[in-house]
Amino acid sequence: MAEPWEDDELEGPVRKFMYVNRRAPYGTIYALESLEVVLIAAAFEQDVTLVFMDDGVYQIKKEQNTEAIGVKNFSPTYRALEGYDVEKLYVEKESLESRGLTTDDLVVPVQVVNRDQLAELMEEQEVILSF
Amino acid sequence: MAIEVNGKTLEVDEEGYLADLNQWEPEVATIMAKEDGSELTDAHWEVINFLREYYEEYQIAPAVRVLTKAIGKKLGKDKGNSKYLYELFPYGPAKQACKYAGLPKPTGCV
Repeated sequence: MAEPWEDDELEGPVRKFMYVNRRAPYGTIYALESLEVVLIAAAFEQDVTLVFMDDGVYQIKKEQNTEAIGVKNFSPTYRALEGYDVEKLYVEKESLESRGLTTDDLVVPVQVVNRDQLAELMEEQEVILSF
Repeated sequence: MAIEVNGKTLEVDEEGYLADLNQWEPEVATIMAKEDGSELTDAHWEVINFLREYYEEYQIAPAVRVLTKAIGKKLGKDKGNSKYLYELFPYGPAKQACKYAGLPKPTGCV
């Protein structure tokens, strides 16, 4: 019998998953749930891409303070994604600009793409999940 | 469920994970290990302390693959491998060490 550290459980098909985050981080559970499934997909070594657009760009905004609403500030967790080998993070240019934000306002390094480039990226995916 | 630590009663879930991680103190790990029939060495503490720092920084318990890689980076290649970590924590390095460290169970992993 194989020892547990020799267990090759991660062998299996690798799919291209894109998670599209479109909502504000708090007020609904979508942002946190999306982050959880991203971490699970990454733990199973899937090919993961994240997109932040519309109010979803606020999910990765610096200096979040959730004290007054009594929920956990989970924005530090986005910085753990690199350790999970999730490095394809895209922000839609139009969404960022219309909210008066720049990449300096974000907790993680991202690539800024416009709407047309985003459409091309979506074409390349096997699975797209919108949150 | 609950465990007794230094005269205090701390609530744990059905798998033995601490309900409130702010209640953690080193004795929690010692007592949990004793219940599992083991004694913590410096090598165990190195991993437990690493996990507490990781949680402090990222607000999650890492998946085992991520833990292994991060340990290797911080403590050296001879420790950043599954064999070493499984020898210290035979019930699954992330699962068991996270429990001793007072962290929640890592999402979807051993």
